[in-house]
Amino acid sequence: MAEITFRVKRQDPTDKKNPEARWEDYKVPFEGNLTVLEGLFYIQEQYDGSLSFRYCCRASICGSCAMYINGAYRLACQTNIKHLDIIHDAEPVVTVQPMPHVPLVKDLVCDMDDFFAKYEYIEPWLIRNSQDPEKEILQSPKDRKQIDMPIDCILCGCCYSSCPSVWGEENYLGPAALLKAYRFEVDSRDEARKERLPRWDNERGVYRCHTIRNCQEACPKELSPTEGIQWLKKAAVRRRLFGRMK
Amino acid sequence: MIHHDVIIVGGGLSGLRAAIEAKRAGLDVAILSQVHPGRSHSGAAQGGINAALGNHPDGHDDTWEKHAFDTTKGGDYLGDQDAIMKMTQDAIRVIYEMDHWGCPFSRYEDGRITQRPFGGAGFPRCCYGADKTGHYLLHTLVEQSYKFGVKLYVEQYVSKLIVHDGVCQGVIAYDMIRGGFEAFTAHAVVIATGGSGRIYENSTNALINTGGGMAMAYQAGVPLKDMEFIQFHPTGLFTTKILMTEGARGEGGYLLNGLGERYMEKYAPKFMELAPRDIVARAGQTEINEGRGINGMPYVHLDLRHLGAEKILERLPGIRDLAIHFEGVDPIEEPIPVVPSQHYTMGGIDTNYDGATPMPGLWAAGECACVSVHGANRLGGNSLLETIVFGRRSGADVVRYMEGLSGKRPPNPRTADAALRAMEDKVDALHRAKGTEDAYKLRTEMALVTRDYFGVFRDEATMAAGLEKLLDVKARSKNVGLRVSTGAFNLDMIRTLDLESMIDVALCMAAGAVNRTESRGAHFRTDHNKRDDANWLKHTLAFYRPDEAGPRLDFKPVTLGTFEPQERVY
Repeated sequence: MAEITFRVKRQDPTDKKNPEARWEDYKVPFEGNLTVLEGLFYIQEQYDGSLSFRYCCRASICGSCAMYINGAYRLACQTNIKHLDIIHDAEPVVTVQPMPHVPLVKDLVCDMDDFFAKYEYIEPWLIRNSQDPEKEILQSPKDRKQIDMPIDCILCGCCYSSCPSVWGEENYLGPAALLKAYRFEVDSRDEARKERLPRWDNERGVYRCHTIRNCQEACPKELSPTEGIQWLKKAAVRRRLFGRMK
Repeated sequence: MIHHDVIIVGGGLSGLRAAIEAKRAGLDVAILSQVHPGRSHSGAAQGGINAALGNHPDGHDDTWEKHAFDTTKGGDYLGDQDAIMKMTQDAIRVIYEMDHWGCPFSRYEDGRITQRPFGGAGFPRCCYGADKTGHYLLHTLVEQSYKFGVKLYVEQYVSKLIVHDGVCQGVIAYDMIRGGFEAFTAHAVVIATGGSGRIYENSTNALINTGGGMAMAYQAGVPLKDMEFIQFHPTGLFTTKILMTEGARGEGGYLLNGLGERYMEKYAPKFMELAPRDIVARAGQTEINEGRGINGMPYVHLDLRHLGAEKILERLPGIRDLAIHFEGVDPIEEPIPVVPSQHYTMGGIDTNYDGATPMPGLWAAGECACVSVHGANRLGGNSLLETIVFGRRSGADVVRYMEGLSGKRPPNPRTADAALRAMEDKVDALHRAKGTEDAYKLRTEMALVTRDYFGVFRDEATMAAGLEKLLDVKARSKNVGLRVSTGAFNLDMIRTLDLESMIDVALCMAAGAVNRTESRGAHFRTDHNKRDDANWLKHTLAFYRPDEAGPRLDFKPVTLGTFEPQERVY
């Protein structure tokens, strides 16, 4: 196969003459290995310099290039065309659009301001009340294992975009921010008692999660925000009934 | 026009740490970053961060002095020894501070931070969190920057310094979300924009590592130091050059040639796979050049299979995922095809050990800076360390500078305005120019020249030819135009402006490499294959010349005093 079609959703909401979304097809050379991100660069260089998308590490660790590709949340850099189902079609089409349900800046670039405002809202940092030791704060491997899952979050936004509870309630903090809250609540070094709790144990927080589990399906790192949120719900109940936090 | 006391350009580990230090002292600090700080390239670092904690069972006798010696020797004695000792001494405090701030290091049974062996180190002193140490450190500092209330301007493409009477007074930045340029004035500017790996086609670096910060300082008259020293990492993935951490060898991984031999026996019988990167990269390239790649192909194997699934899943899960996704190889089942790949820029903006550049009001920290602690070859695990140590030192020095500044006049608004207009005019002119040259083609051309003419092995004739080609690319780059001049997230403009920076940085690298007629660390010449301390134990400085394509070169002595230069044997 010498060429493959990229069908890209284009939109510049600030363009007064043409603010509506449209689909554009581009032919991109394809020889065995081609990631979606490489394809987008080819289009931007060869066909249309005005195509906009985020990029940085191209190695699936920075979380910049989260998009909705052929009906699934993916990192464009991590998506090799040859692994997509469409590769078996007679005329394969790679369909690329921005993460849905997130405000748009332009083309494939979403406005992540709310996403990061919610991240900041939950106070995503280690809270200590006692004096730090001279050396490291001891943490057993077993305790360290508790944070294995949430610390791998790259804040790409796939879970946030995929969550129907986010779609329906703009104030809901969403899976990524709550996963971050969970990450600190289960860190044996964290000593927050009352400080962070009101941030997620409220009408914006964990109770809006209806365990639909879209987030864990969407996560390119195969994490489970749902699992973290359920833990937080239980912790909130424990605290309300017995006054215990951890 | 927007004003802050302190502007930090770049939100990776160095920039964040500098910002936190200045903010804690009560200054009004803002970070301008091309990407959200959590997306910075610091996060791609894998293997770990060096500090002589002595936590490893074989590390009880380790000291920061030994760490300093290993760093000096690893850098082939080009590093400034006073700066190196400041770094290795502070390293221990840095690790504990990052732990207290929540960094999720891996742990021993007794709860202490784990350490692993790393290249060129006499003791296992590389502290790690699985093989995602950079990601963990980065997110920890992002979290702390939110906690301390550092102002973030996210997705700002900084394109130029504002300089008034030889003093840096701010920057000009393109707001990628709203479109348009803005002048940001400040009393102090810290450049923390990372390396310039993307001047090479075969780089492990993030796509935004285009050397923009280095070029900004250079074009404003600040010299770039030791730019000829480019690190090639022995193990980039064959197809994509994505990094496979040195930690894979630290955990016991083998390098094998096409004959199935652990070829490092021939090159570094004692340290084997854990010799410094320059030596391991040359070994791999030699095997490939002499036809002992895998099945005659231009790569060798990184074999982890004997480590077993359990160890790989616990200690190296990240590179396993990368190998699967990007190379189609599961390291538990198969050896990984790897090739020496551009990885790190030892050189950078000339600074002292407090991050101060020769220009008042301007600091630099991290990979974009050259203190120099890495000398001619950086040891693995020292780059993350450098970012935090010298990020903090820069922030602290800015605080001292600001204390001495009271009563001084604010930045000159007319100069800032003129700089802003000059930038806007430049973009307009580029757009009107239509352009007879294609910026993207020139970029590719340049990156292939650096790869092919300034690689692991270098010689006079090849480099001279390469330099000619780079000068030609620079000349032709005057004829590029913009296709898109306005609007948000204008990649055409960003990538065209990138080109100018990249070519200038590449020319500094090339000019320094041609000029240095010796082999030292990562700069290896087949026609001058010995280190020459009598003539070349000195730093190269490259100065911008507005009327010439390439730099003017000058030199600066190396600070010695503790470790006498000796032959490097591993």
